[in-house]
Amino acid sequence: MTTPLLKVENLSVDLEKNRILDNISFEVNQGETLALIGPNGAGKSVLFRTLLGMHPYKGRITWGPNVKLGYVPQRFDVEPDLPITVGEFLNLRSGKRRGVIAEIEALGFTKEILKDRLGVLSGGQQQRVLIAWALLDHPDLLLFDEPTAGVDIAGGETVYSLLHKLQTERKMTTIIISHELQVVFQHATKVLCINQSTVCYGPPKTALTGEILSKLFRVEMEHHEEHHHD
Amino acid sequence: MIEINILFLLVVGIFVGGAAGFLGSFMVLKRMALVGDAFTHVALPGLAIGLMLNIDPMLGAFTALIIAALGIWYLEETSRIYPEALVGIFFTGALAVGILITPEPELLEALFGDIQNITALEGLVAVGASILVMGVAYFLSRKLILGVISEELARSLKISKRKVNLLYLLLVTAVVTLGIRFVGTLLMGALVIVPAASARNISRSLGSYYLLSILFGVASAALGVYLSTSYGLPSGPAVVLSSLGFFGGTFLLKKAFKA
Repeated sequence: MTTPLLKVENLSVDLEKNRILDNISFEVNQGETLALIGPNGAGKSVLFRTLLGMHPYKGRITWGPNVKLGYVPQRFDVEPDLPITVGEFLNLRSGKRRGVIAEIEALGFTKEILKDRLGVLSGGQQQRVLIAWALLDHPDLLLFDEPTAGVDIAGGETVYSLLHKLQTERKMTTIIISHELQVVFQHATKVLCINQSTVCYGPPKTALTGEILSKLFRVEMEHHEEHHHD
Repeated sequence: MIEINILFLLVVGIFVGGAAGFLGSFMVLKRMALVGDAFTHVALPGLAIGLMLNIDPMLGAFTALIIAALGIWYLEETSRIYPEALVGIFFTGALAVGILITPEPELLEALFGDIQNITALEGLVAVGASILVMGVAYFLSRKLILGVISEELARSLKISKRKVNLLYLLLVTAVVTLGIRFVGTLLMGALVIVPAASARNISRSLGSYYLLSILFGVASAALGVYLSTSYGLPSGPAVVLSSLGFFGGTFLLKKAFKA
């Protein structure tokens, strides 16, 4: 048994005195794809930011030795007139140019895009550049906050096929915040459903029962109804 | 002899202007232009206290600026919405107190700069310090800019925004202290901000943005020193109006290319 790349034990996070995450435990081993699901406001992105060291927490987060992270944020608000080209942005990853062209071509761009200004790209193009950014310098663990439905992530290529490629070609270990159950069932080796606390954890086929799903989705519907009453 | 003096002042001005322009490029992208501008006012009460205690007034100014830099850093790290109004009010208050307690004969010089009194040693120290500041800023630039674009991405590379920001503010403190002799406490902020704002008007890449920020800083200082020494103008307004000239020019260029 090798040591996990990431082990989280009894993690709790309070922001502005509100409990956002309560007693979450999970681990990620080499080569696994862990899908993180839950309704809006369940604390998924907060969990990512806590792993990145941006929020104080209680509990324990243990990283494997020298784990290098890649992170793909869900949104990217770059000012349209920010003076930086795509090439310069990608060079910020490691300070080196090595591997940039190969990575950008693997995501379906031509190398001409390196000279374009980052702020003028479409939302989908920016997402792809962010993925390239995260994959440069060969991370051991990819934290992927999947864009919400509707963003054409890779010029017709879906998140699924991208994930599949990362798994088969690079044996990438990934934690993905996913909004589509199809992704979870087809590609995740493990699933963690949270809604402040853990709702389910395990392989998707056993962990994601109909009962669990309706519990997660009912919460989502109640959220919506609350908004309507406001 | 007079020509040698002017040449010496030009050289010192060019180095200080370049360092101010380079550091300003990050200030503008961090959306801290107003704070950075008002920040320099804090030097005045420090200068006055230095004069009162009979120590080097520049040491007093430097101490006051360090305290203000630590204050900005603390607010940046602890408040979710940057309290820009509060910072502006505090710095303007410091300026008011400084004007009251600075002895009359030194007041104009402290506010608007006076390059005639710069000694050779001071000039050499300024050139050396400017080179050092630019070198450190260059090594810091990748981390600084990443923090501006996305704090999450910076964190994913284990870059500590706290440390980077603190080091950056200390560099700004150094360059402001150097520039006060030239431009004065009232206008030094402009030498940090305006060259970068001009560069932003016409830059598409980071490389050209950095380079133009430095060049506009250099050109503003050089032109200002030249106008000041040739026509007997106070150096601060001469340098700042020169930099505004470049801003106007680049602004028109930007408009022309958009149309």
